[in-house]
Amino acid sequence: MLPPAFYYICLSKAYLLYTAIVAIRHLLNYILENMKILVCISIVPDTTMKIRIGGDKRSIDTVGIQWIINPWDELSLTRALELKESSSGAIKSVTVIHVGTASSEPALRKALAIGADDAIRVNAEPSDAYFTAAQVAEMVSKEKFDVVLCGIESSDFNGSAVGGMIAEFLDIPSVSAVSDIKSDAGTVILTREFDGGKEEVTVPAPFVAIVQKGIAKEPRIASMRGIMNARSKPVRVAEPIAIEPLTCIAMFEKPEARPGCRFIDAENAGLLIELLHDEAKVI
Amino acid sequence: MSVLVYTENWDGKFKKLSFELVSYATEVAKMLNTSVSAVSIGNVAWEELKKLGNYGASRIISIQSGHLATLDNQAYTSVIAEVSQKENATVLIFPNNNTGKAIAPRLSVKLKAGIGSGVSRLPLYTHPFTVYKRTYSGNAFAHLVINSDIRILTLAQNSFGITETPNNCVIENLSSAFDNSTGKTVLREGQKQSGKILLTDADIVVSGGRGMKSPDNWPALVELASFLGAATACTRPVSDEGWRPHEEHAGQTGKIIAPNLYIAVGISGATQHLAGISSSKCIVAINTDSNAPIFEAAQYGIVGDAMKVLPKLVAAVKEIKK
Ligand SMILES: Cc1cc2nc3c(=O)[nH]c(=O)nc-3n(C[C@H](O)[C@H](O)[C@H](O)COP(=O)(O)OP(=O)(O)OC[C@H]3O[C@@H](n4cnc5c(N)ncnc54)[C@H](O)[C@@H]3O)c2cc1C
Ligand SMILES: Nc1ncnc2c1ncn2[C@@H]1O[C@H](COP(=O)(O)O)[C@@H](O)[C@H]1O
Repeated sequence: MLPPAFYYICLSKAYLLYTAIVAIRHLLNYILENMKILVCISIVPDTTMKIRIGGDKRSIDTVGIQWIINPWDELSLTRALELKESSSGAIKSVTVIHVGTASSEPALRKALAIGADDAIRVNAEPSDAYFTAAQVAEMVSKEKFDVVLCGIESSDFNGSAVGGMIAEFLDIPSVSAVSDIKSDAGTVILTREFDGGKEEVTVPAPFVAIVQKGIAKEPRIASMRGIMNARSKPVRVAEPIAIEPLTCIAMFEKPEARPGCRFIDAENAGLLIELLHDEAKVI
Repeated sequence: MSVLVYTENWDGKFKKLSFELVSYATEVAKMLNTSVSAVSIGNVAWEELKKLGNYGASRIISIQSGHLATLDNQAYTSVIAEVSQKENATVLIFPNNNTGKAIAPRLSVKLKAGIGSGVSRLPLYTHPFTVYKRTYSGNAFAHLVINSDIRILTLAQNSFGITETPNNCVIENLSSAFDNSTGKTVLREGQKQSGKILLTDADIVVSGGRGMKSPDNWPALVELASFLGAATACTRPVSDEGWRPHEEHAGQTGKIIAPNLYIAVGISGATQHLAGISSSKCIVAINTDSNAPIFEAAQYGIVGDAMKVLPKLVAAVKEIKK
């Protein structure tokens, strides 16, 4: 016979282990059951459009320009919706946010038609990345999003800055150049790319993932039903917080004109190599 | 006052990219009448660190801490912010690659320093501090004024080149100061490519589009690339079809590259493709259609069938390399 104290110790250890497991599962369930994803959306000229510089030289001539959701953001919205659909309810909502004026509502409506649950528009001109990121960060801390998705680059400003800035404003982790997001038993696994390789990492939520090529194959297109449903979905308009931008554009310039093409006869293609060697001196 | 440049290493070695950044920083420092400090995170040997002096760095701050083995954006930002304050830096320079994009924006908020990303020239003015920056994916360039006291620039790769300005540099090992800089990023597993010329590092790139017709035709293109010591690239439909690996996809939604020579074979030259390659110093196009837009960007062109032209080029390269 062992002393009763022995059973007591064993039991209490088992009990401790049990409560720890319960607590962890509770936490995981919490993350799984209540996850809120925020997708940041930049609205840019259609990438096939010819860009003309405006009369004031400080802006782009917007006459005739078609506005679209920045390609990366369309892909990250697509991936967010895929994750939500396969999460059996664990992901509660996918919200899109845009900092911009009322003229961007049609593009936000499109995001709703594609499948976002709701949209937030911070009613301000997105003067620079610092200003824009501060506005998004404010909404993240107010509404407690768990995962924030941003594109790696907007095709207009080419800043590659807003995502990282949001994370620093909130003092939360960020992972950049993310080409895959998957969810595995309550953990979100991110694949990130670097020059010459890639790696899988995890970070605790809340976090910002800055996404690039690979994140989704094709952008999802709005279905007829999606378009109908979007009408009843809310676009909430928030007023901006006061933040001084750090940069401004003094003027735009067109790229330098190319010198024109010298054609070489296909039968005599070898001449090209001589020219590259002797004239252009690049080989 | 100083200009602080972040010098990335790969397995303990610096690449051309880091030397280009130090060369650039040295010219910026001249404009501001100050000197260059370089910060290096990771296990880099003393002789390797010393190389940064050849391009004009006068101080090198080396941080070799096991805690920082995995890139954690938050931890790296804190470390560099501290070094920046210690060095009294007024300009910080990063590469405009994935690492630079991961750290520079965070640092911008931490130091309240305006950022000019993807700059391709020296600052245009120092008062007000104005940089020349790519916008609209290369269809317009902005004169961007940075109004803060500290400024962060990320340099477009291969836009400035390497210049040697030998300097007697001092190396300071600050590792112990950052022994506790543990990040929250947990590494599960990693993969590295080996033995291949990286697309972003290459001086010469041979690239194929849908005009190559089939993945079976690629050996002719790869052969030309290997004789030229070039990396291979492709257009988006080619990588989408799985003809080539997605790391090779160049363009607005793929890699942005600026080699000295870009040879486009069977590529039409859509704006989204040009967005990734238009900064190349010399563009060559081979296409059956003389009206293909790629010829507007090209310096040399051949109107012809890729499968007939490629072998002729290979023969000519062999001739020249003799
Ligand atoms: C949002 C968005 C982002 C995009 N991002 C990118 C991007 O990052 N990168 C990218 O590349 N594309 C991108 N695209 C796609 C882009 O618009 C073009 O469709 C693509 O670049 C065309 O690829 P291609 O030149 O290989 O094919 P095609 O346009 O089909 O051109 C094939 C060319 O080959 C020529 N040809 C045919 N036969 C031969 C032969 N025997 N020998 C020689 N030449 C021949 C033809 O004359 C033609 O010019 C994007 C599109 C969108 C909408
Ligand atoms: N005005 C904006 N409103 C919301 N998100 C934005 C805005 N501008 C940029 N972003 C996000 O930040 C990413 C990178 O933009 P940028 O830093 O401008 O290259 C974009 O892909 C968007 O996800």
